[in-house]
Amino acid sequence: MADVTVLPVSIEPKPVGEPVLEVEGLCISYFTRAGEIPAVVDFNLTVHAGEAVGLVGESGCGKSTVAMAVMQYMGSNGRIVGGTIKFKGRDLSTLSTEELRQLRGSEIAMVYQEPMAALNPSMTIGRQLMEVPLYHEANCTEQQAYDRSLEMLQAVRIPDPERLMTAYPHQISGGQQQRVVIAMALLTKPALLLLDEPTTALDVTVEAGIVELIAELGERFGTAMIYISHNLGLILETCDRVCVMYSGEVAEEGAVRDIFNHPRHPYTHGLFGCIPTPNRDKNTHPLTPIPGQLPLPHQRPEGCNFGPRCDFFEASHCGRGTIRMDEITGNTGHRARCAKWRQIDWATHDPAGQTYNAMEPGEVVLKVDRMQKYYPVQDRSLAAILSGRSVRYVKANEELSFEARRRETVAIVGESGCGKSTFAKVLMGLETATDGALVFEDAEIGDTEVQKRTKKQLSSLQMVFQNPNDTLNPSMTIGQQIGRVIKKFGVETDRDRIDERVLRLLDLVKLPRDFAIRRPRQLSGGQKQRIGIARAFAGNPSMVVADEPVSALDVSVSAAVTGLLMDIQRAFNTTLLFISHDLSVVRYLSDRVVVMYLGQIMEQGTVEEVFEPPYHPYTEALLSAVPIADPNVKKKRIILEGQLPSVMNPPKGCPFATRCQHRIGDICDELPPPKQEIHPGHHIACHIPSERLAEFDPVIQIAAE
Amino acid sequence: MADIDAAGAEIVLPKRPNPVVGVLKSFLLVRESKVAMVGTAILVFWVLIAVLAPVIAPYPPTQQVSEMRNAAPGTPVPAGTALISFTEQGVAEIPIEGTYWLGGDRLGRDVLSRMIWGAQSVLIYAPLATFFAYMVGITMGLLAGYKRGWVDDVLSRLGDVILSFPILVLYVVIITTFGASGITIVLAVTFASGPGIMRIVRGLVLDLRNRDYVAAAQTRGESSLYIMFVEILPNARGPLIVDACLRLGYTTITIGVLGFLGLGLPPPDPNWGNMIAENREAVLTAPHSTVFPCLAISSLVLALNLLADGLREISLKD
Amino acid sequence: MLIFLGKRLLAMIATMLVVSVLVFLLLEVNGDAVAVKVLGPYSTLEQRTNWLTANGYDRDEHVRYFDWLFSMMRGDFGESIVFHVPASEIVMDRLGNTAVLGGLVFLIMVPLGLLFGVLAGMKEGSLQDRSVTLISVITTSIPEFASAVLLTFLFVFLLGWLPATSSMSDGWDPAQMVLPVMVLVLYAFGYIARMMRASMAEVMQSPYIRTAILKGLPYNRVIMKHALRNALIAPFTVIILQINWLLSGVIVVEYFFNYRGFGALLLTASLNQDIYVIQACAMVAVFVAVGTQTIADVGYTYLNPRIRFT
Repeated sequence: MADVTVLPVSIEPKPVGEPVLEVEGLCISYFTRAGEIPAVVDFNLTVHAGEAVGLVGESGCGKSTVAMAVMQYMGSNGRIVGGTIKFKGRDLSTLSTEELRQLRGSEIAMVYQEPMAALNPSMTIGRQLMEVPLYHEANCTEQQAYDRSLEMLQAVRIPDPERLMTAYPHQISGGQQQRVVIAMALLTKPALLLLDEPTTALDVTVEAGIVELIAELGERFGTAMIYISHNLGLILETCDRVCVMYSGEVAEEGAVRDIFNHPRHPYTHGLFGCIPTPNRDKNTHPLTPIPGQLPLPHQRPEGCNFGPRCDFFEASHCGRGTIRMDEITGNTGHRARCAKWRQIDWATHDPAGQTYNAMEPGEVVLKVDRMQKYYPVQDRSLAAILSGRSVRYVKANEELSFEARRRETVAIVGESGCGKSTFAKVLMGLETATDGALVFEDAEIGDTEVQKRTKKQLSSLQMVFQNPNDTLNPSMTIGQQIGRVIKKFGVETDRDRIDERVLRLLDLVKLPRDFAIRRPRQLSGGQKQRIGIARAFAGNPSMVVADEPVSALDVSVSAAVTGLLMDIQRAFNTTLLFISHDLSVVRYLSDRVVVMYLGQIMEQGTVEEVFEPPYHPYTEALLSAVPIADPNVKKKRIILEGQLPSVMNPPKGCPFATRCQHRIGDICDELPPPKQEIHPGHHIACHIPSERLAEFDPVIQIAAE
Repeated sequence: MADIDAAGAEIVLPKRPNPVVGVLKSFLLVRESKVAMVGTAILVFWVLIAVLAPVIAPYPPTQQVSEMRNAAPGTPVPAGTALISFTEQGVAEIPIEGTYWLGGDRLGRDVLSRMIWGAQSVLIYAPLATFFAYMVGITMGLLAGYKRGWVDDVLSRLGDVILSFPILVLYVVIITTFGASGITIVLAVTFASGPGIMRIVRGLVLDLRNRDYVAAAQTRGESSLYIMFVEILPNARGPLIVDACLRLGYTTITIGVLGFLGLGLPPPDPNWGNMIAENREAVLTAPHSTVFPCLAISSLVLALNLLADGLREISLKD
Repeated sequence: MLIFLGKRLLAMIATMLVVSVLVFLLLEVNGDAVAVKVLGPYSTLEQRTNWLTANGYDRDEHVRYFDWLFSMMRGDFGESIVFHVPASEIVMDRLGNTAVLGGLVFLIMVPLGLLFGVLAGMKEGSLQDRSVTLISVITTSIPEFASAVLLTFLFVFLLGWLPATSSMSDGWDPAQMVLPVMVLVLYAFGYIARMMRASMAEVMQSPYIRTAILKGLPYNRVIMKHALRNALIAPFTVIILQINWLLSGVIVVEYFFNYRGFGALLLTASLNQDIYVIQACAMVAVFVAVGTQTIADVGYTYLNPRIRFT
């Protein structure tokens, strides 16, 4: 982040209309057996017509609670305990049930995180859409409601809307479901649209399409929007203003450019330090995690909530009373809840500290050669039985070939269904390969199930799992679980020696030693992932497979866990196979990248090769789709058309041909693409000649300052 | 390769927690739900009655006093009544005194004493039968859910067939074939509820087997047996304990029903079901001899159901 | 759909066959035991041997099984030892009486259970919810034989409103149906109510109900159109399978009230070792049970579009 010493030049705010929503001094509490737990404290927000405001923050910061309060839908134990919410000048708390009903869905509408869950599974999409005008407009006939719904489905660019009207939600893809939810929200042209993590459950290329659609429709209907997200990059791409929330309060708010270019609150600053933007690098410019962890709602500190984690904390200023929001620049409404923002000189503040030397890759540890994994699937439809083809194959992995060397981090990146997790299963021996070779430390293990592997093979190849709540056995203590690994791999046999090693492993992952006697449910998500890492390294592995190890964690926690993983890798010379859908993280920490789509490798090479042209059209689209939380980065916009084909029925030629933005002709549909070698080790599977690929403009350009 | 043992600092091992204390503490969880507390209280009452039966029952359960046939509750035993007992020394007369607080049944036995002894009978056979059913059901369910494939197919089909029998019809057929006795009852309950337990366990296992900690155990080469019994089963305990309470209640009813139908423990066992069956002709003339055992069995089943409800509520709170 | 139906039917036939093998093994395979049951415990060895030969019991087991199976499929279950009429005749006669009883029970129990369940599940934790939960946990805790005693005590002994037996010896009398129906309804409606409550409460918590409320639908519509349909899917199977339970429940109730139904017949047969009637009853009971299971599966698929269209 570029540092400035002068106060920012104020940017002319976008002309705005009448205020649609005015929230003043809003306080919301949940009432549980443990007593009152404040979820949101002193929240202020004004949203004008046609404006998009982002609410951003980590889990538990209260951002969704605000949205539910605007909807006056708090659940049985939540209550607004202070402040007012005015919609077009009317105080929402004074409305009768019937007035509220008329407002909901017609003046204020909402889009939800899980589109599949948000739609009624046993009602056709048409019915669910038609209900909205039928119950909000006095003289609306069935036919009018039908026509309006159909029109709106076209507006959200769903192909074949007539057929969709009679379909049930489970029959369409996640991206289409979210488009339906958006259509439902916009049917009555609401003045205010609340979007609660609308793309979090979707793949990144699908997300890009939805984001574009929301922006376009917002413009077209002049809808004011509140966009709730944990993803700062997404907020930058979609919003005019942003509120950064921390632990129930707004830490900082202002125009998007002010906040992203000149964050004033130490928390906002810290957040940016945790995001792997393109100018970050694991060796020369590593992420700077925020120390400490989020306070629980009933254990918030005196004074500034962020105080205990802040480098600039001074008990006399920050440690008592209520910290008020302070104006930073009057005309753009940039404000921060920090008592010391005037004293902090961000130009000289450099928390980055340590840099590392790049590690030289050693000998080949893992060699994958034309490995295939097919799953037989029984097709029980009448047509399949009659044609005698009742067993079909899902080609989860098709001819994978790549290598991983000692000390190297190899990333496998791709969207859901690309086969990256299947590969991990085969590698770990939970499945066996259908064909091809998988050589690990000079032994073929592709068709060796996990029970038949030697103790050495097992302990040298370990895994870190995705879901922190799933990775540890809830009925055993941490010590028992790590100890079991040590015993199983024969690292130690004596009971006291095992316990001792457990404690040393806890030291290694920077957790207190008394965690050994705790159970998983007493730990936070980040702490559980650390235990998962400790467990994987308990048997001195030479290679660790990390399957989306940080994707379920908050940004600041994720930065710390990523950093830890790499520190341990450096100390142990471990080869890391990093499986992820998140290109930003992959770019940040890996040395080599393998890009997969529908079970096949589309491109592989070093991280520099893959992230610069020439690249595969799919890599290009992925790069463009990932939101980047840096206003100095210019991106080429590529929105993929069409949907991900089913793995049951992949395209005959190039798997990406159905959505490719550079499709050159029938050859793409008919023939599998050739594997072109651009440099030694950099391969692209595409029909487009490499010279043409090299002519693409780079997707990401970092503007010079 | 760096070794973590190089990482200085002296190691002080934290105390290992005592597992027995942990188990005892988990019983205190019951306090979190009023419903569970009420259930536990009634259950503890009946358990105490059953354990102390030899001490607190005023009369032997089978002792007949002809003067007390169908006597109303609170009737004192007439003065001078004696039980004639044939011993090696000859004929002895043992005087009987006191009051039949809950009246006498059609053979002049004390209803209260029979109820107290009946608690013992039901609290031996119902848990025993449920326990065996669980052993079988858990093993089958773990195998079917974890191994999948043909093992699952065979076990599930078999379970479906048994479950498709109307349950009491199944009991009648089994008991007709093997005769009525305590062992037959245990066998019949195991046979009839084993598949139901298997189904529940299987469902839980199908969910739990996809957890990452199971994958972690697999990738360190643990045996199937270890994974099933150490990694999976303990995490299924919540729903299983709730189900066990319900099933214990249901088994109690079943044993009662079998006794009532004359297919259960052979008389003169003071089983509550038997008591109702023996006196049902007198339901209009001496209702006390049937009404009290009815209340007894209902309260015991209610206790178990309340406990199950309360435990479910507690488990949802976490 | 056709394939699905076909598969269910095949599965049903397969289950019936397995059950028939089981019944055969339990009751038929030991010919000597059958002879004892038919001829009585005081028959001589010679008499039994003659009887066995005469009735083909000296043939191989598998030959006998198929012979037995085919005669059952023709409706020939043998002759009742107690009643001296064909077993099939008496079973069908009694089954009719039981169907009347069961039908009445269903007619009252299902709407009552559903109504209570919906009322409770609509507002989890409310007074109406807690009352319904309490009522249902108490009624399901009282075994049928106990509630039969208690209700008889109340309505016959104390109040004198109803007759104590339901043998219908003087012709059909509706008053005699009240107690048996009441006992069965009381025991089972709570179960349905609890199922319905759980399902309804879960649906009311679901995001799509939130969607429906937040798109401004009236509360009535949210309940009737969005919640009910989805909430009914899970308890549907339970309700249909109550038919299976009824076959057990009627044994106790019919025996207690001397109602001349299927359950009482099975019990009499069992106590008298009337082997052919037991066989007939068992096979009929399983047929009904497996049949209802099939109906439950098909209906479930129909109700749940997520399964219907995959």
